[in-house]
Amino acid sequence: MKYQLQYKPYNENSILIQWPSLIDENILSDILNFNQILRDNLFKKILYINNAYNSLLIVYKECEFNFKEEIKSMESLYSSSLNLSNFQYKLWEIPVCYDVSFGVDLELLSREKQMSINDMVSKHTSSLYTVYFIGFLPGFMYLGGLNSDLYFPRKASPRQYIAKGSVAIGGMQTGVYPTSSPGGWNIIGNTPILFFDVTKDSPCFVSAGDKIKFVAIDHNEHELITKQIASGSYKIKNHLYNG
Amino acid sequence: MVKVLQSGLYSTIQDLGRFGFQHLGVPCSGVMDQHSARMANLLLANDANCAVLELTGNGPKLEFTSNTNIVITGANMLPMINDNSVLNDSVINIKGNDILSFGKRVYGLRSYIAVKGGFKTKAVLGSRSMYSKITKESTIKRGDYLPIADCDVLLEPNLAKLKVPNIDYESKVINVFKGPEFDLLNISTIKKLLEKEFKISNSSNRMAYSLNESIENSLNSILTSVVIPGTVQLTPSGQLIILMRDCQVTGGYPRVLQLSEESINKLSQRSAGNSIKFRLKAQ
Repeated sequence: MKYQLQYKPYNENSILIQWPSLIDENILSDILNFNQILRDNLFKKILYINNAYNSLLIVYKECEFNFKEEIKSMESLYSSSLNLSNFQYKLWEIPVCYDVSFGVDLELLSREKQMSINDMVSKHTSSLYTVYFIGFLPGFMYLGGLNSDLYFPRKASPRQYIAKGSVAIGGMQTGVYPTSSPGGWNIIGNTPILFFDVTKDSPCFVSAGDKIKFVAIDHNEHELITKQIASGSYKIKNHLYNG
Repeated sequence: MVKVLQSGLYSTIQDLGRFGFQHLGVPCSGVMDQHSARMANLLLANDANCAVLELTGNGPKLEFTSNTNIVITGANMLPMINDNSVLNDSVINIKGNDILSFGKRVYGLRSYIAVKGGFKTKAVLGSRSMYSKITKESTIKRGDYLPIADCDVLLEPNLAKLKVPNIDYESKVINVFKGPEFDLLNISTIKKLLEKEFKISNSSNRMAYSLNESIENSLNSILTSVVIPGTVQLTPSGQLIILMRDCQVTGGYPRVLQLSEESINKLSQRSAGNSIKFRLKAQ
């Protein structure tokens, strides 16, 4: 399916392309498809490309270019583009300990929602989440697919410190804090998995388009996996996912 | 090597930025005032991307352990070598054991120290720019030894002088383009945005400058989208936030204006309490 795209110069050396303002998996696939086509065709000129829910930003190395011509050639690339079939999305299994010692807001959510902690955990672990993009912090995934029973507003005043690996719910979204940070989301658990590691060539193992499944683990397993990660012997469970 | 005797208020190693990891949430970082940093490297015949030391507000005290050439550009903080005044924007000959220190800041906010061949601190993800979640250190500290390139052949001092126009350190005018959500603003908000003078607030840093005066805001938040340095966001309370080099790669506030590259450089030299005025330019 083709969308009506809007092309806008953003600054002297970048162009913003916008899709309809929706969180939608079909839009995501179209963005990632066009992203790859632009990378293949413009790689010599591009400094970086970045996407969000309904947008794609193309930043050029040089400021000296003609916006109109550039946009025209992008439009023709888009209209003649095919769906690339060589995408290899992965499904990652992320172990999470939903113990109240980590999930410091679990009891609050349970009270407010009149839902047992077990029910909340089972709803959080039964969804398959889609990674739309990574932003806010290095390695912070914007995930779609939270069960609407778990929607819960962000805190009115954010906490100054949220521990690395905290799994949280903010409004209609869920996510993992990849590093310690201030933040306003409600903490429901913790994962020992590192979502951002500068010592790796590819510092974040997740890509936009991948799927995430949270798997409940207990305190002992959390400790064990933490040790295995430190020693380099832990491998995150994953397999190819093609819809 | 350069030994840090005093760190100064906020001194960081920066190059032109860390690119290609934005899709993983990594900020661009890099020197705030690219114009001044590029000039410093140019005068030393360095590559434009050579890492420099960015000073904010006041200067450090540094001891050089070997001979080299340096250039200081940007804000004037009355630099001295062994207590003798030296000039900004000119090549300075340094001998082993020389001590570089600074006096009171005369104009501007950020100075740049370039050394021949550049600072050689550890590059992370393709850049030496310091950023707390990426590099081990987020500023230089007293007692640090900063590696620099070996430099055998010294340039004659003062042979090279800066002939290009410097930044206008007094002008309030900040050139902007329409931001992606500009056209959603109503006429009276646009009028205020482009006619009012705004004061830079105290909570302004490498990540963002915020402005004291707020304006009415009838726009809702947007679906989280991409942002870049120089993006001016309008928050629900009507406050304006200008994103700078260390900004996040995505944001959910309407993007009403976009600073030109030259204006980001210029704003980087303005401090809390200074006034600015936006001037809209056609793209």
